[in-house]
Amino acid sequence: MTNSDINRLKDKAFHIFGIFCTFIGLVVLAIFLFDIVVEGVGRINWDFLTSLPSRRASRAGILTAWVGTLWILVLTTLIAFPLGVSAGVYLEEYAKKSRINNFLEINIANLAGVPSIIYGLLGLEIFVRQMRLGGSLLAGALTLSLLILPIIIVTTREAIKAVPRSIRDGSYALGASKWQTVWNQVLPASFGGILTGIILALSRAVGEAAPLIVIGALAYVPFTPSSPLDEFTVLPIQIFNWTSRPQEEFLTNAAAAIIILLIITFMLNGIAVYLRNRQQKKIKW
Amino acid sequence: MLNFKLSSVKFNAAVLLGATLMFSSCGGNNEEGAGGDLSGSIQIDGSSTVYPVTEAVAEEYRAEAPDVKVTVGVSGTGGGFKKFTRGEIDIVDASRPIKDSEASVAQENGISYVELPVAYDGLTVVVNPENDWVKDITIDELKKIWEPAAQGKITRWNQIRPEWPNQEIHLYGPGVESGTYDYFTEAVVGESGASRGDYTASEDDNVLVQGVSTDVNALGFFGYAYYDENKDKLKVVPVDDLKDDNGKGAITPTLETVKDGSYAPLSRPLFIYVSSKATQSPATVDFVNFYLDSAAELSQEVGYIPMPAEMYKEQKEKFKQFAEGTAKKQ
Repeated sequence: MTNSDINRLKDKAFHIFGIFCTFIGLVVLAIFLFDIVVEGVGRINWDFLTSLPSRRASRAGILTAWVGTLWILVLTTLIAFPLGVSAGVYLEEYAKKSRINNFLEINIANLAGVPSIIYGLLGLEIFVRQMRLGGSLLAGALTLSLLILPIIIVTTREAIKAVPRSIRDGSYALGASKWQTVWNQVLPASFGGILTGIILALSRAVGEAAPLIVIGALAYVPFTPSSPLDEFTVLPIQIFNWTSRPQEEFLTNAAAAIIILLIITFMLNGIAVYLRNRQQKKIKW
Repeated sequence: MLNFKLSSVKFNAAVLLGATLMFSSCGGNNEEGAGGDLSGSIQIDGSSTVYPVTEAVAEEYRAEAPDVKVTVGVSGTGGGFKKFTRGEIDIVDASRPIKDSEASVAQENGISYVELPVAYDGLTVVVNPENDWVKDITIDELKKIWEPAAQGKITRWNQIRPEWPNQEIHLYGPGVESGTYDYFTEAVVGESGASRGDYTASEDDNVLVQGVSTDVNALGFFGYAYYDENKDKLKVVPVDDLKDDNGKGAITPTLETVKDGSYAPLSRPLFIYVSSKATQSPATVDFVNFYLDSAAELSQEVGYIPMPAEMYKEQKEKFKQFAEGTAKKQ
């Protein structure tokens, strides 16, 4: 066997190993999805989506839960989007290499690793008690915004970094100010990446139960919220509540609610991919 | 150059937002309804064990008084009492009585309260169905298994009773945060929160059911409802409290033995606590009375054991006096 044969063999071996590694994750996901769909899909119908929670599993629905989840998503986006993108732009375009900025960067990276329940405790003290928002949608959205801010900041920076230096130089050469360059060139060019980051961050927020339970999100809410100051529940809390019940039928309900939550998450991811592709087509350098 | 403007992104966002709001508004219009001239809101939080009962009552109460907005949270007995003693909620669901430390916070904040038992739960000791040696167990043996001193020492079945096999014993129980754990340790070991640490703990009782049903050497305990729903996968162990005045010998937990108190000491009451602030509102008073009227039927429906009828009457009387007493202060 020649040396190049051995190398080819190694290449082949790694190729197969790579496929194997990729499939382990997918197989686990597939088993999980299959199990959930088999158990829950028969339970999903119009009544399930439009009914209030109930002690009778067959009459219980998730209306208040999914409406609460959508409210939380919209409010969290409105809060986290401008804050996160602005912070990312500042760190990437304006901040000079200094101790303070280094310190900021390290801490933002650290924040991304803080367990979500800690954000819940922070939210409970600051938003619920100090700011007197109570267990409202607004308090929940603010807490989740804190939770996903580090993710948005990091992805925004990555997206901005990917914009070629020459675009900025060209803009400056034409006499544009820094702000004009960022607003008219850098942001539009990186927007696909930024959006992807935001939507992936929201997909994380939409599955959180722990921080929201801490700030006082409820399990039984017989009315849909009509303002950001209303009390609320979300799908993950409803799922958590149902999975811990002794009756088998509630587990079926939980599986059905998980399917709805997955559909919401997949829809978000789909929107992210769509927007990114559209964006990429528009950029012509 | 770029021919893209941020405004088209704004447009996308606006469409999304609009669609969301459209969806969210379609459920909100069925608030009106006949009957019940009461209105207001009642905030309840606390134990996830008591939650199913309160949820059931809140659900039925909607038919009674559709304009009263009852909300129920599940932040746990401890978390619920924290909010309750700060005056943030009206009623707390509790799977154990209030602690002294919590009572003193309530006093500092000028909140008085009334404790109302609403149902029983029988803590059930279970083993695997293939376990053919355990027929019953005494309260002393349970203590020997679970007390802190047993840690690392009591590890085999024959250490508990010589005629049981020389096999490892695997223990399953609720996590230390739960009221169920507090009650069990209090009743068995004699001190709330004191037990060995080397057992499989889970806050989710379904996990415990799963564990015991797949492990021949398992012994576990949890709420009666979880046994009742999984009778085919578990074997219940009758418990002998070594006192003959309330039923001789080992007693199996059933609706009757828990209700009449002969399944001792492992049947425990579930409570609601009502705050003096809350009784100022006629809606809350009406709701609590409705709770006590319907708890017998509804608690059984969700898997708990109702108290004897005369006890609900006593609780109603107790609540009436409390409500009148606090009303005078105002």
